[in-house]
Amino acid sequence: MTFGEKQVAITGIGQSEIARPSSRSALLLTIDAILAAIEDAGLTPADIDGLTTWPGRMDSDPGFGPVGTTDIKEALGLKLNYFAGGKEAPAQFGAAINAIGAIAAGLARHVVVFRTVYEATTRKQTGAGTAFGTARVPDARFQWQLPMGAMSASNWTALYAQRHFHDYGTTREQMAQIPLNCRRNAALNPKAIYRTPLTLDDYMGARMISTPLCLYDCDVPVDGATAIIFSRADAAGDLRHAPIRLEAVGSALHGRDSWDQRADLTSMAAFDAAKMMWSRTDMKPSDIDTAQLYDGFTILTMLWLEALGFCGKGESGAFIEEGTRIALAGELPLNTSGGQLSEGRVHGYGYLHEACLQLRGTAGARQIAKPVNTAVVGTGGGPLASCMLLRND
Amino acid sequence: MLANNAPLPVLTPETEAFWTGGCEGKLMIMRCAQCMRRHHPPSPVCPHCYSERVAPEAVSGRAKIASFTVNHQKWLPDMKVPFVIAIVELDEQPDIRITTNIVNAPPETIHIGQSVQVLFEQHEDVWLPLFQPEKGA
Ligand SMILES: [Zn+2]
Repeated sequence: MTFGEKQVAITGIGQSEIARPSSRSALLLTIDAILAAIEDAGLTPADIDGLTTWPGRMDSDPGFGPVGTTDIKEALGLKLNYFAGGKEAPAQFGAAINAIGAIAAGLARHVVVFRTVYEATTRKQTGAGTAFGTARVPDARFQWQLPMGAMSASNWTALYAQRHFHDYGTTREQMAQIPLNCRRNAALNPKAIYRTPLTLDDYMGARMISTPLCLYDCDVPVDGATAIIFSRADAAGDLRHAPIRLEAVGSALHGRDSWDQRADLTSMAAFDAAKMMWSRTDMKPSDIDTAQLYDGFTILTMLWLEALGFCGKGESGAFIEEGTRIALAGELPLNTSGGQLSEGRVHGYGYLHEACLQLRGTAGARQIAKPVNTAVVGTGGGPLASCMLLRND
Repeated sequence: MLANNAPLPVLTPETEAFWTGGCEGKLMIMRCAQCMRRHHPPSPVCPHCYSERVAPEAVSGRAKIASFTVNHQKWLPDMKVPFVIAIVELDEQPDIRITTNIVNAPPETIHIGQSVQVLFEQHEDVWLPLFQPEKGA
């Protein structure tokens, strides 16, 4: 069996400013990112024949889904052979999986995948701490959480964290290493929102959002856009940068499509996606040079580390203890741009952008010292998960 | 006064029994007459045997706390904090989970595995199923 992702490469990356808030519109930020990615690849807009995004345009939640494929198609006059946008997909990388599928099926040659968020501006406009309003909740996933005041993913993930603490003896001191590591890395990233030093004392003294998650366990809403160009591998060789190959992807959801019905509350769809990814490659966790893993909430990063087999189930607390293993100079440098906790919640594609910079060796002051030839990226939490294993040729 | 001033659910033919059973003091969970297993959230087809012979049936309302969190953040301007959010699993069938609030108990006394009992709080046409510790739990 030849897996489709092996016929695909990443050829260009681009990102707008990351701001809270930005003075540019969400559409302009998206165009900034896409044109930067096309330029980075050495392509022109006329070469682009595919366009995907997640979650697509959501007029009900304009901070989360401000720009859709139609907006970009029309703004840039693209001639598209394939396009798709929508939130019913395996997390943020669902759009990347769509692009990979389209390329492997011969539907498109160079696909722009983008993700735009405008949460800093919309939160400022509404003054609310949640995107959910007071209107009645339809019969769908969130009907089972919102009426109980569980109006944020910080509540839903705090329930996983509490159970992890209970089952495995995980502590806040251990969990703190995720945001502390992010902040150290962000100090080396000029684009990061939070760059001032963060200490363990700061963390332990921070106000609680939803126990055991404190302020520093929750990511920072921003305005920004990221674009990544996926290309047919045989069309990638003569472009500006050496292509980054897709070794394997994971998009599985075998457990319940629900935040609270999953049989094991310290497991998530990430375990399904990770298992699928490893089944499509001969590589193993010990072959990975860096991991860029979803940190919308710290416990999610820890569960991703377990899901991907970097440590055993329940062992992520011990794995990150003291923070040395996941530091820039450690054996598995993690979230080297500062992650969503410190760089900002560009929502999924920031990890992919950072992984590409590290694989190219162009991450500047935060470039990992050892050679970087492989990277794992994973996005999502609860019932949402997708991951990719990237490598240099 | 709403428990947390949170938004209420839209009632549909599938979900109405769950959200209004409290009117008669009953926690109504879908059960299949073919394989006798319960499922939640409600579906018109049993996810275990695909039978359409499913209907809401009252359960005891006894459950155990699978996990909990004390929410301190005001997600809406009028929200009263702190309050306890929990996932409970039903005594009759522990894979049936309900996200709820634990009330009538100090947050620091709540623990995983604790036995709790349903009670209802009416808001408009909805009876929210909340839980409180069983006596001695
Ligand atoms: Zn059945």
